[in-house]
Amino acid sequence: MTARTTRAGSRLAPYLFVLPALVLFAAFRLYPIGWSFVLSLFHTEGMEQSWTGLGNYQRLVHDPLFWKALGNTLEILVIQVPVMLAIALGLAVALNSALLRWKPLFRLGFFLPVVTGLVTYGLLMGALLNPDSGAVNWLLHVLGLPEVHWLTDPFWAKVSVMLALTWHYTGYNAVIYLARLQGIPDEHYEAAAVDGAGAWRRFWHITLPGLRPALLLTVVLSTIGTLQLFDEPFIMTGGGPDNATTTIGVYLYQTGFRYFDFGYASAIGYAMVLIISVFGLIQTRLAKEED
Amino acid sequence: MARTGPAFRASTRGQVLLTGFMLALLALTVAPLYWLVMASTHSSHEIFTRPPKLLPGSDLGANLSHLQSSVGFGRVVFNSIALAVCYTLLGGVVCTLAGYGFAKYSFRGRGFLFSVLLLALVVPTQLTIVPLFKMMVDLGWLNTYQAVLLPNLALPFGIFLMRQSMKSLPDELLQAGRIDGCGELSLFFRIALPTMRPALAALAMFLFLFQWNDFLWPLVVLRDPSSYTIPVALATLTGSSDVDYGQLLTGTAVSAVPMAVLFLFLQKHFVSGMLAGAVKA
Repeated sequence: MTARTTRAGSRLAPYLFVLPALVLFAAFRLYPIGWSFVLSLFHTEGMEQSWTGLGNYQRLVHDPLFWKALGNTLEILVIQVPVMLAIALGLAVALNSALLRWKPLFRLGFFLPVVTGLVTYGLLMGALLNPDSGAVNWLLHVLGLPEVHWLTDPFWAKVSVMLALTWHYTGYNAVIYLARLQGIPDEHYEAAAVDGAGAWRRFWHITLPGLRPALLLTVVLSTIGTLQLFDEPFIMTGGGPDNATTTIGVYLYQTGFRYFDFGYASAIGYAMVLIISVFGLIQTRLAKEED
Repeated sequence: MARTGPAFRASTRGQVLLTGFMLALLALTVAPLYWLVMASTHSSHEIFTRPPKLLPGSDLGANLSHLQSSVGFGRVVFNSIALAVCYTLLGGVVCTLAGYGFAKYSFRGRGFLFSVLLLALVVPTQLTIVPLFKMMVDLGWLNTYQAVLLPNLALPFGIFLMRQSMKSLPDELLQAGRIDGCGELSLFFRIALPTMRPALAALAMFLFLFQWNDFLWPLVVLRDPSSYTIPVALATLTGSSDVDYGQLLTGTAVSAVPMAVLFLFLQKHFVSGMLAGAVKA
């Protein structure tokens, strides 16, 4: 083997390593992303396709159901995400505390819901929240509280979806925080304690700043996840009652696969990309400005 | 630094309070899963009696046989296992090779290609399912394993995870191998791969879990009940107005319990993998 062929070989090598991934990625991800944009410019009805330009997007602007779906999605975003992250933060601080016994048990238990699949826990929550005979209403009854029409009342259906999301994802976020907390040196806390800072001030001035990167990460991930929300409402309520839990993801799916209006479904998808990008930009911009 | 007497006494009281509070929260978290396992052993009308059944019943077998007759559950479980195993193996190869390539070589277009991969994380999967579905129809691949597997093999999360773990491998080690006349491929197999063991374990678990729990894409491309996976089959059960919760919850338990057990034994890898994927930003 000459020096020349060795060099040529190693110049080619990196491309061969990444080639399978890139080919698959281009064929099954990039190509459909482009195709769906083209689709969004066509009106589809059954097998018929006709050019409509921005027609689907114009229809979107005047579609009350789209705005309702967007509103539902944003409601879940601004209510469920902060509540979940606050609970996760509390859990992480507790899990990191010297006062807590049996830590491995807690780490295991709180992470367990993360492993259960979306359909699994959607069905499980649906059964527990069953208004007529679910265990949650029985519990409310025993406590002397009024029973609730969990999945059948528009307001409570939304609450049900939020409860399920919180149950499923809190542990995931707590683990991210916990890893970061364990990286904050004990000396910082000891120095602050020596200076007379109480628990609350230590949390505010050491814990929170130390967690900043992790907080930003979880906010961005949860925002993207919530804006794409589909499985939970689809399984638990099918988007009902009265479209109260129809998210953009559910609306996109129904448009594409129940009414087979692929052109309009693609326009909804691109609207979603636009909204997610705007949120992503705002969040990273805010994070930078704070620095 | 040292804890003084009074502070220590205060902290034992704090210990009891905090641990007690966390135990209550833990019970709340785990209760739904416990109830699920118990419910799977009861018949439909027993499940919703008051108070809820908190002890095992004797209907697990009956529920399973109802599942078998209504959705062909044996076949469905087989599909789920086969798909998850294939996906773990094939996806593992694709992601590991790419992660290694991105971490250990500098080549033209590397930065650009990698950021395109990451950018795709922001594009919702729902956007691509319509064209992907049409592709599968055109290829005649509906109801096939390859239709389920191929679109997600190059999983950006997996590639990212492997790239992160490969970065800690010293370049000198690879350079020394090259000087000894080792080819690029055998460098990968003999030097890089053995050091990647923990990351490979994490990757394998994530890929398995991802495929086992995936719902939307299999729901779209699997149209024939004999090709269904567990989540898809369970979702069809809820479609009827008169849901048989006995079989539904038994199927749900079959889907959840093996993963929970797997997690209990391998949680170290799960958590380390999750963090390796998350530390970036």
